[in-house]
Amino acid sequence: MARARGKQRRLHTRGRSIEPTALKDVRELLGDAPLQRDLLIEYLHRIQDHYHQLSRPYLVVLAAEMRIPMAEIYEVASFYAHFHIDRKDPSLPILRVCTSLPCMLAGANELLGRLRGQFSGRAQVLPASCMGRCDCAPVAAVDAHYIGDASPQLVAAALDNGVDEPVPTATRYAAYVAGKGYQLLQSCHKGERSLADILKELEASGLRGLGGAGFPAARKWRTVAAKPGPRYMVINADEGEPGTFKDRDYLARDPHWVLEGALLAAWAVGADKVYIYLRDEYPELHHLLAEELPAVIEASLAPAGGVEVRRGAGAYICGEESAMLESIEGKRGLPRHRPPFVAERGLFGRPTLVHNVETLYWLREILEQGAKRFASQGLNGASGLRAWSVSGRVRKPGVKRAPAGISARQLIDDYAGGMAEGHTFHAFLPGGASGGILPARLADLPLDFGSLDEYGCFVGSGALIVLSDQDNLSIVTRNLMGFFAHESCGQCTPCRVGTEKAAELLRTPVENEGLLTELAEVMTDASICGLGQAAPNPVRSLYRFFRDDLK
Amino acid sequence: MSEPVLFFLDDREVTAEPGESLWDVAQREGTEIPHLCHSPEPGYRPDGNCRACMVEVEGERVLAAACVRQPEAGMRVSTDSPRVEQARRTIFQLLVADMPGLDQAHRLDTPFAHWCGELGVSTSPFLVRKLPKPDRSHPAVAWFPDACIQCQICVRACREVQHNDVIGMAYRGGSTQVVFDLDDVLAESTCVACGECVQACPTGALMESARVNRMGNALSPAKKKVASICPYCGVGCQIDFLVNDERIVAVEGRDGPSNQNRLCVKGRFGFDYIHHPQRLTRPLIRRDDAPKAGTCTVDPADPSSHFREASWEEALEVAAKGFRKIRERDSGEALAGFGSAKGSNEEAYLVQKLVRTGFGTNNVDHCTRLCHASSVAALFEGIGSGAVTAPFTTCAESDVIIVTGSNTSANHPVAATFLKQAAARGATLIVIDPRGVDLVAYAEHRLLFQPGSDVALLNAMLHVIIEEDLYDHDFVEHRTEGFEELARHIRPYRPEAMAPVCGIEAETIRRVARIYAGAKAAVIFWGMGISQHVHGTDNVRCLIALATICGQIGRPGTGLHPLRGQNNVQGASDAGLIPMFLPDYQSVEDAGKRARYEKAWGVKLPEKRGLTVVEIIDAAFDGSIKGLYVMGENPAMSDPNLGHAREGLARLEHLVVQDLFLTETAFHADVVLPAAAWPEKEGTVTNTNRQVQMGRSAVAPPGEVRQDWWIIQELARRLGLDWNYQGPAEVYREMSGLMVSLDHISWERLQAEGSVTYPCSSDDEPGQEVVFGDRFPTASGRARLVPADIIPPDELPDERYPMILITGRLLEHWHTGAMTRRSRALDAIEPEAAVSLSPGDLGSLRLTAGASVRVKTRRGYIDLMARADPRVPVGTLFIPFCFFEAAANLLTNPALDPYGKIPEYKFCAARVEGSI
Ligand SMILES: Cc1cc2nc3c(=O)[nH]c(=O)nc-3n(C[C@H](O)[C@H](O)[C@H](O)COP(=O)(O)O)c2cc1C
Ligand code: SF4
Ligand code: SF4
Ligand code: SF4
Ligand code: FES
Repeated sequence: MARARGKQRRLHTRGRSIEPTALKDVRELLGDAPLQRDLLIEYLHRIQDHYHQLSRPYLVVLAAEMRIPMAEIYEVASFYAHFHIDRKDPSLPILRVCTSLPCMLAGANELLGRLRGQFSGRAQVLPASCMGRCDCAPVAAVDAHYIGDASPQLVAAALDNGVDEPVPTATRYAAYVAGKGYQLLQSCHKGERSLADILKELEASGLRGLGGAGFPAARKWRTVAAKPGPRYMVINADEGEPGTFKDRDYLARDPHWVLEGALLAAWAVGADKVYIYLRDEYPELHHLLAEELPAVIEASLAPAGGVEVRRGAGAYICGEESAMLESIEGKRGLPRHRPPFVAERGLFGRPTLVHNVETLYWLREILEQGAKRFASQGLNGASGLRAWSVSGRVRKPGVKRAPAGISARQLIDDYAGGMAEGHTFHAFLPGGASGGILPARLADLPLDFGSLDEYGCFVGSGALIVLSDQDNLSIVTRNLMGFFAHESCGQCTPCRVGTEKAAELLRTPVENEGLLTELAEVMTDASICGLGQAAPNPVRSLYRFFRDDLK
Repeated sequence: MSEPVLFFLDDREVTAEPGESLWDVAQREGTEIPHLCHSPEPGYRPDGNCRACMVEVEGERVLAAACVRQPEAGMRVSTDSPRVEQARRTIFQLLVADMPGLDQAHRLDTPFAHWCGELGVSTSPFLVRKLPKPDRSHPAVAWFPDACIQCQICVRACREVQHNDVIGMAYRGGSTQVVFDLDDVLAESTCVACGECVQACPTGALMESARVNRMGNALSPAKKKVASICPYCGVGCQIDFLVNDERIVAVEGRDGPSNQNRLCVKGRFGFDYIHHPQRLTRPLIRRDDAPKAGTCTVDPADPSSHFREASWEEALEVAAKGFRKIRERDSGEALAGFGSAKGSNEEAYLVQKLVRTGFGTNNVDHCTRLCHASSVAALFEGIGSGAVTAPFTTCAESDVIIVTGSNTSANHPVAATFLKQAAARGATLIVIDPRGVDLVAYAEHRLLFQPGSDVALLNAMLHVIIEEDLYDHDFVEHRTEGFEELARHIRPYRPEAMAPVCGIEAETIRRVARIYAGAKAAVIFWGMGISQHVHGTDNVRCLIALATICGQIGRPGTGLHPLRGQNNVQGASDAGLIPMFLPDYQSVEDAGKRARYEKAWGVKLPEKRGLTVVEIIDAAFDGSIKGLYVMGENPAMSDPNLGHAREGLARLEHLVVQDLFLTETAFHADVVLPAAAWPEKEGTVTNTNRQVQMGRSAVAPPGEVRQDWWIIQELARRLGLDWNYQGPAEVYREMSGLMVSLDHISWERLQAEGSVTYPCSSDDEPGQEVVFGDRFPTASGRARLVPADIIPPDELPDERYPMILITGRLLEHWHTGAMTRRSRALDAIEPEAAVSLSPGDLGSLRLTAGASVRVKTRRGYIDLMARADPRVPVGTLFIPFCFFEAAANLLTNPALDPYGKIPEYKFCAARVEGSI
């Protein structure tokens, strides 16, 4: 039984061991405070920000220091697009090019090809999902610096000289307070306005969730408040739906409107702590919030430690509320099964009120001006105003504050300056990548929750992407499916495998109509979350409205 | 949901019990819903990701996964609507598209294949993805990602069931993939090869590598399953041997009380030793021209240099004649016998009966002496019984768990999974051990104390509990005796005074003592780190005092649990395979107790207590023991100070060894009798939890190999005893008739139920898991508190031998390695003797990991590889004793604990000499 050939000698204990230098580095970076499991993603950010990569020896140390399995760290680190494990050359900047639909329409694929050719020695060039700047497509990013209307020249300049950070134009704390800001919140804290009154007003306003699902806000508050505490409030600022950029706009201009709304909602449901889950693609907003939050705490509008910003790491699925909670807990963003709903069992297993940035934004207006006035601003039976993100083939893309219930045509003509030069209106996506596609002939339908049901579409987050006669709908559909395949959490079969297979089948949509139609039904019927359920919407639209584009 | 719920399943009204999912109810009602990511086995949480189990709930927009959906009152659920069937078919087609074809399948009899058959899905209209490459780096487990459906059962198996924490599900979307640690190659990962993932995987993506050929294609599936018990440790996991043409092809875990389907690497992959070419298949007799010597070695593959083959008749006659001659010439006291804790209860009973009635001596013992004799001595003295007071699974109900002197994840791996599970659930795990054993990853408090300073540390804890008045007054008053003396004795042991002795800060000692005393239910586990010292009995006395003064005994979640080492060390001791006790711990020195057995066995029994293992070998060395019968033990590897022990064996006039292989002990034998291996036999064994379990024969023994009971009986007959047992059942019937502990546990009941715990109060009740709830089986009915003083280890480090040597076991190898070193997978994982030392010591010795070194003690030296192990404290060496090439016991100190007669395997002074 002497050592047979091929048997391995074990010079060390099983598995990787800790490298002393890595241990020293990580300890220096993370400090002495006991490490918290839910902060794993923050720690990974800290390591990557500093070393421009996550090298395995550091992950070994992190696992040991946090006393969690290495595999658990690896799962998380490899899930998020913004983490890079053991890069070939960590000294190179990372150059990402958005290839989601609005940017694709603006030539992102060609741009990506050219940048690859031109800069591959100077940067690591990667395609990326929607960066929330679709009004200045195509968008690229050099590390955490975003470049709108990107061109090889601008990218070269950025690589050479860095990027001029945009000058913040936000209404800061002092100015906000001067404009009667936080008075509403204080009147609630003081008991001058009763909870019952607020709930009644909210109900009357008809405010519905503007993150996409359109769930009546008042109903959600009642559910959360009825459950025993502790409770949490989470602001969903992950805004990842292609074509959507309104939340960035709100936070960049009026962060305190959103914060006051959140603190108000937290007060109403009795939440002990507010988390803000802000996507990593918005570094300027991270800075802004870091500057503005201390004033709020100082003014005792929230207890110390009562508002915590968490940084996403590049995953569309983390906008899905239960996936977002998983991410805040420091895990992969895998959506949870429902029931139970997050209002009943959410963050750390506690009742949790989740709201989109915009939903919270409107609260002050509703409660100050009255529900009636808010509701009456809608058109065609819809309630209130909305911020529409308009992108694609229009002259003036951007965030358009307009009535709910407005039509696509009105938005294009009255708000977005009409179609872009040389383009004829052909089709539109009423709700980003998920909401399906409608032909121009249906552009007079009111855009509201439920109004597009019979056409298999929805307005979701209010992202209107406009297509023209120069756009091939098969290619558009394949781009959307590619986005879903890339952003699927990978948990459930119909979505993980279905999106990939569907993207392949869409290369020859005529031949595969039967199979794709069948697959679409099953994806909608059997996927765990909204991503997989909505992913086939554009496929159905393609066969229903755009048979001429199939070729 | 706490009330039963009425709802409709396929239009039938059914009732769901609290906690049941739709899948559970359907299953119970006879509708098996397809499932891939869900396993109904214990410990597996449903995850609802594969979507094979979709059902339609009336009024809901989308389908629901039955495995994660709770029924609601009045809900109408369809398990076979067209929508449901379409969804299932498409989902299976999506998965089948990416699977290897039938001709390249890694496994044929998978749940996935089963459900494809049921649903009629054999081909897929979808396009195939790029198939990833397999990982065949590991000797036992093969990884075929092409067959993986990302169902994550393996992640739950590894993390939530076994708590080995190796497997993860990394990346996302279509790239989602199983990884080991940091996406490492399996062989280089922290995988301990428990094989839980292999057992759980529904597709054959994770496989036993022995069940596929080099190309990765499936070998023919097993034809039969035989339920038995793992032969490798005191946990006593229930297993199924999977058999094909008289060969065991695989082992699966069964849902036994101590393992709930779980196994460790030994139980799952260590079965092929029985097919090893070195198996002895004919009796051997020592050649006349082969002189004996302590240094004699024989090639186990070719014993012909020292032995000739013989017929059974001749071998048995020569074996018996040697004993007869000595018995007649020198009296029975010149004879001795070693039975084995690896054998069955029946065999243990027969060996002790043979020695007592055939040899006429109480010189009978087995390796219990070398593992827990001190524990048993202290437990008998303190609470009147040597067995555990509660099974280890009681930790599920503990809020505080102390583990001391036990590398549980290596030596009782499946027990360790229950401890980790309890810790993961929220129980406070306190590990008290000089080595940073793997369990510390789950421990809230880690007390890595100075080797050998157990009593100082434990007395300091007792001091805190008594001085701070944290003890259970009621329990102390009504259930113990000797408290006053203990309290007085403990006074000087202030934590501040003991801290420098044991190396643990006083504040930590205080904190841990308070946590233990204040727990609602606290349990103490210990292993050989406690018992194998000259002060082993004292160590255990301290543990008993802790548990009893705190009242942490006799209730669920509390107790004292010495983790028994070998698979049947409890049963062999119960059966009387020890020199001072007849079966059921009836003292040989008590005439009344003897009389009962004399009547049953029809002979006069020796009155003097016999010699213990180490004493017998010493007596052989001195010449007072002349004849020795060794059934399935290997003292030439397991005794301390082997140079001396082997010389003792060589000096024997007559040595008969009965074993599977030509062991190091058999090198010195006059007659070697080839015996059946555990998977070839039938019989009962008793695990650390006092669970008596049934082992069954899976394959026939090779060649002329005979069953042990038959061999013992043939020897007995030739020694003048008129035995006529027809088989183990009859032996069991005799012993259970004599042993009160086996009341209500009949052979037939064990055949039917597989496992029964003793003591057991009726034929149809499960046994009593937690004992001593109202009285202890001592004379007074009270626990006796015995104070312990600090006794230093026998041999302290000095200038010449500056380091401390600790010996012990490895996860992969069992005892002296006779079986596990002959198991392909196990030996491939741990093929080479190594001394583990801290990276710091390696550095100061100017060595690199992998260097060849010489380790020396006052008794000898061995040459072996140096291994870097940060868990080993500075100044300490760890060497496993399973490698004959570098037998650790050549180094160990034979100094004995005065009560338990256990040697100090866990401490001696040593020196490392650089590269040779
Ligand atoms: C795939 C997917 C992505 C989502 N992304 C976002 C998002 O980026 N931002 C957001 O507010 N809501 C998003 N949602 C909706 C949230 O799940 C949730 O409904 C919302 O945050 C609730 O807030 P509201 O009621 O204020 O809209 C997403 C949902 C799905 C299914
Ligand atoms: S539908 Fe897609 S994103 Fe949602 S849980 Fe399933 S795999 Fe994940
Ligand atoms: S290896 Fe097996 S158990 Fe693990 S995810 Fe793949 S199919 Fe499931
Ligand atoms: S834990 Fe013990 S009984 Fe169970 S499989 Fe491992 S060696 Fe066998
Ligand atoms: S068995 Fe229910 S989803 Fe897999």
